Order: sequence, then structure tokens, then C-alpha cells
Amino acid sequence: MSIKLGDASYEERVQEGVQNEFMRQAVASAQGRFRSGKQKQADKLGNWEDWRTLGEEIRTHTLENIDYYLQLLSDNVSKRGGNVFFAQTAEEANDYIQHVIKEKNAQKVVKSKSMVTEEIGMNEALEEVGADVVESDLGEWILQLDEDPPSHIVAPAVHKNKEQVKETFTEKKGYNQSSQPEELASFAREQLRQEFLSADVGITGCNFAVAESGAVTLVTNEGNARMATTIPDTQISVMGMERVVPTYEELDILVSLLTRAAVGQDLTSYVTSITGTRLEGETDGPEDYHLVIVDNGRSKILGTEFQSALHCIRCAACINVCPVYRHVGGHAYGSVYPGPIGAVLTPLLDGYEDHKELPYASSLCGACTEACPVKIPLHEQLIRHREIIVEQEKMTPRSERLAMKGFAKWGSSPAAYKMSTAMARSAMKPWTKDETVANGPGPLKGWTVNRDFPAPAKQTFRSWFKERQKGGES
Amino acid sequence: MKVSLFITCLCDMFSSDVGKDTVEILERVGCEVDFPETQTCCGQPAYNSGYLTDAKESMKQMMKAFRFSDYVVGPSGSCVGMLKEYPKLFENDLVWRDEAKRLADKSYEVTQFLVDVLGVVDVGSTFKGKITYHPSCHMTRILGVKDAPMTLLKHVEGADLTELPAKEDCCGFGGTFAVKNSMISGEMVKEKAAHVSETGADYLVGGDMGCLLNIGGRMRREGKHVKVAHITEILNQH
Repeated sequence: MSIKLGDASYEERVQEGVQNEFMRQAVASAQGRFRSGKQKQADKLGNWEDWRTLGEEIRTHTLENIDYYLQLLSDNVSKRGGNVFFAQTAEEANDYIQHVIKEKNAQKVVKSKSMVTEEIGMNEALEEVGADVVESDLGEWILQLDEDPPSHIVAPAVHKNKEQVKETFTEKKGYNQSSQPEELASFAREQLRQEFLSADVGITGCNFAVAESGAVTLVTNEGNARMATTIPDTQISVMGMERVVPTYEELDILVSLLTRAAVGQDLTSYVTSITGTRLEGETDGPEDYHLVIVDNGRSKILGTEFQSALHCIRCAACINVCPVYRHVGGHAYGSVYPGPIGAVLTPLLDGYEDHKELPYASSLCGACTEACPVKIPLHEQLIRHREIIVEQEKMTPRSERLAMKGFAKWGSSPAAYKMSTAMARSAMKPWTKDETVANGPGPLKGWTVNRDFPAPAKQTFRSWFKERQKGGES
Repeated sequence: MKVSLFITCLCDMFSSDVGKDTVEILERVGCEVDFPETQTCCGQPAYNSGYLTDAKESMKQMMKAFRFSDYVVGPSGSCVGMLKEYPKLFENDLVWRDEAKRLADKSYEVTQFLVDVLGVVDVGSTFKGKITYHPSCHMTRILGVKDAPMTLLKHVEGADLTELPAKEDCCGFGGTFAVKNSMISGEMVKEKAAHVSETGADYLVGGDMGCLLNIGGRMRREGKHVKVAHITEILNQH
């Protein structure tokens, strides 16, 4: 896998999403749960807006000094016996991880959930060198069995329901019990326990890496990251370069924001911090530890107007409030990063060519911006992407460019504006019946396929106002 | 108090009654209303589509049109919200920067103006009917006007207000989004229309013509008999 998912066109993906009633119901009910959970947490804190401001300040400060904090992180991981590798590209990251796997002659790799490893296509790279890679997050494991990509950055299998999970388990793992979530989970637990015990290498992502101590911190509810980081002797953590935080104090605040914004919890069941290797006199920790810090296009965003997109703490709060996401699901975005943050981040990391529709996959309602716990102005960044697509990349159709030139003339000329508004009613007459346009011409078709369009009013406001001024009330 | 009406192109063309109601309400609370004739469109259709250069042509015209106004008041959270963005868009334009800031500072959405500037919460209207209110996204999130419309509606004598389920969700209008992403927009408006029906209200009320054209158009297509009214229409019943 890489950032781009599949070859279907944007239109095909949207259509497939909209027609998948099953998925839409599952997504809508998950969104409802996440949203009300987050709201309860915000109400409980009472000063959620202050928390957001603090979150934004921490992320802004860290990003503005990222060179310093990454160096500090790297020094501290090294001091704790770990190896740190800075990968400029996905290929460099995968090469390094492949090298570790080969050196260890590892047969089995157990993984905890990680978006950045999806982004760089690490699983496929490891399978190329003969390793058996097993996902240990329940959602990710289900998807791996089903060869289906994640559709949400926190709840990867949100598009599936328990019946589908049962089918997958039955077909791929010989499951023969009911679709009760408890039975499904206990089956997964038994299966995964064997994987943990027999794994040679554990690979995790990273929610936050604390620069002052070199601690890579993971937030889970299933405890799978703790299993993956305690059983195998060789550990690899893969992190996007922006995941660094200065000290444990900021970690505290960001984890508090993350768990509340993501799933409406005060804290997840497990918060795991790992610091390098087992040093002399210590009783636990891996023999070998590697931290892979991935750039893969991120440093190009630094210093640009999109820098705040790197503030993202991957909580999916924007996804959980997005009405577009609700109707099309995550796969319609064609990117490992779906939803509003995906529509902002994907073109930045992977270019406009394959993703030029994503910035338009938003009604610009601003629910994402309002939900973001670190105040990324997501809908404004979508507009900025549109400007780049129009004015720098020149990717929009000629007809649209001409129409907008026409708009500029219309909007800058009061005479043309007045004339066209006065004439609108008669111009629309051929398509008007009972004061309604039910089947409009040209671009209006996109409107009238779903709803009626009104006939322009008999009298424009400005002509009414003029008459009124001339001689009393009309 | 002298107030210039910013009619918005949608109301100018599709619902001149909204303009009339706005003028009459403002006059009733003691304002003197004028209508600068050279006003056009706030530029949002082009701006939201990524055509900033084209949008700015229209924006400059708006700045010229309202140059001499004390207050600019419009019946749309979205269009007034657009005016409020001008200072950011003209930040590096030495010719227009100050004018952009002046226009933004003196512009208000009509319910915001009534409640926050004039301190009027009761415009003396009477209306019999069951009403549900759709708080448009740009009114609440871009302009930040969350309470003023409801404050005014609560003081309408006889109005039976019922809350719209999932009211904060977008109706799917989004300007050119409704045409460009027709399929997604269509699903969004279907969902909104279903919520409106659930309330059993006779009137769907809102503060933005775009949303009302969208939701109203969908309700009409479905043969639903809910009437759609701009908030000024309710506030001008007396």
C-alpha cells in the first residue's frame, strides 16, 4: 500500500460509497457515538476551547523548533541504546526496516496499529523479504484477513459490521461461533496471543515521541501495543517526523486531547511508553531497538501556509463530524488518510495529480475546523488547495475557467449585474413551470437532479426599492 | 442610525421579499435604510471554487459600493461571513487592505445587528405556526453567530419552536459544491430534509438563502408540504 489506494476514479469511488447502504449505516452510527462521546468529554472539562488553544500552541511551538526537538529525541533514544534512522522517503524507511528484518532472520513480525506504516506500504515491503506480518489491532487484523484497506484513521474497520466480521473469521480462520462481539473478540484474542508469542520482531507506530526522554508513546484500548513491545526481542517504532513533543508535560496535554477528541475517553485503557533497549541492571526492554523517523514529504510542508496540517494528532475528530465522509465512507477518498484531514494532507504528501478532487470533496461547512483539538483551519486549507489547483496547477476545465472570468466581469460591473438579474427570470423561462425549474440546463443539471430550483423572482429587490423611494410603499 | 442594506445576489434575484422584510424590520427598530445601487456579489462562488483572482474583482466592487456606509447589514450569515474574510485576502494589497478592513468591521448579519449592535431581542412580531430552525454552517462557524437568530425567534409571539435533529449538520449546499459534487450534496440534502420532516414543523426557517433554496428545493421535489421561510419573513409578521 502507499498513500494512494486503488485505481478507481473519484467518481467511481464516490458512487460506490453512496450506494453502499450497509457501510453508510455503520459509519453514521459510529460517527454518532464518537461525536456524543467527545461532546461529553468537552462538557466535563468545561474549558475545552482553552484546551484547544493550548494544544495548538504546543504543536505550533514544536513544529517551529522541530529540528531541535528531533535532534534531542534522537540523542536520547541513542543514549538508551536505540538506533535512530531518518528516512527521507518511504523507500528509505522500508529499506532500513527490511535490512533489520533480514539481519535478524525474522520470520514473523507482529504489528500494532500505525498509519505511517500504511502510508509507506511497509507490510508489502516486508512480505517481499519473506516476513509474515501480522496486524494485532483488532480492526486492522480483520482488514488484513479480508485484504481491505482501513477507512478511518482511528477505527480502521468502521465500515464493517459484526456479521461481516463473523464471515471473515469463518472464511479465513475457521471460526464457528456466533456474531456476538464478545465471542468474536475472544476468538481474535486467542489467535493473536499465539502470534505475539511466536513473533521475532515487534513493529509499532508512534502517537507521540517525547524529546526530553526518548520515550515513544502509544495509545491503545486493546493492549496490543504493549504485547507487541514487550514480547519480541527486537523492536522497531516508525513515526512521522512531526510526532515529536518536547517533554512529558506536553505529552500529558496532547494525550488528554487525543483520547477525548478521538473516542470520548478520559484516557485509553493503555498508554505505553518505550525507551530504547534493556540497559544493564534493567529487567525489561528489547535487546534491539530501532526508531525510524519518516519524512516522506513532510519537511516540504514546513514553512508553508500548510504547516499547521502537520499539527494533526490523528484523532479523527474531523472525520467524525464530516457529513461528506458520512455519506461516502473512507475508501471514497482513495487515500490512506480519509476525511477532511486526508483531503488536506494527501495532495501535500502525494501531489495533486492523483488527488485533485479531494479538496473539492467538502461543502466547506467548517465542522472539521470546529472539531479539531489542535485548531487546524482545515476548511480554509481546502480553499487554499483549490486556489493552487486553479491558479498554479491550472487543472480545472476550460468551461469552468471561462465561467469564472464571466463571474469576475459580472461582479465588477454594476451595470452588467443589474441587467442580468433583471433578465434572469425571462432567461430561465424555457425551463420554468409553476415557478419551478425541475430539469435545468448546463451546470444547473447537477442541482436539479436532486432538487427543484426556483424561478427568479418577478421583481428584483433593487427595482422594488427604487420604486418605493420614488413614490411611497409598494 | 444609518444602515446600508447588503441584499446578497441570491436574495436580490430569487427572493426579493427577504430584502423587503429586512428593510421593514430595520426601519421598525428605528434605522434609516439605504441601498447602495452599485453593490453586486460578495465573491464567494468564485472564492470557494479556488478562483481568488476572479473573486477579488467582485470584492473590490463591494468595497467601492459600501465605502461611505456607516453600517452594512445583510440577510445572510454566509455572505456577511465572506465580507469578514476580505482583510485576510487583501492583507498584502496596499491599495485595498485598509478598505477591506473597514468593510469587514462595519458589516453585520441582520440578526447579529439587531441583537448585538442594537440590543433588540423582540422585534414585535406575531406568528402562528410550528417552526424549526436550521442554523447554517457559515452563520454559526464562519461568522460565529450562534444565538442571535434563536433569541429573536423565541420572542416571536405565538411561534411554536421545535428543535431540528442534527441541526448543526450541513445541508449540502456549499455553493458550487452542490453542482460539482452533486451526488454527495444530494445525499446530504436528503438527510437534512428527512430531519426537517421528523420535526413535524410547518415552517423551516433559516438565515441563509442558499441553504433554504437547497432544502426547500429538496422538500418540494419530495412533495413535502413544509414551507420554507427566511428568518426575516417570520420577524416581519406583525
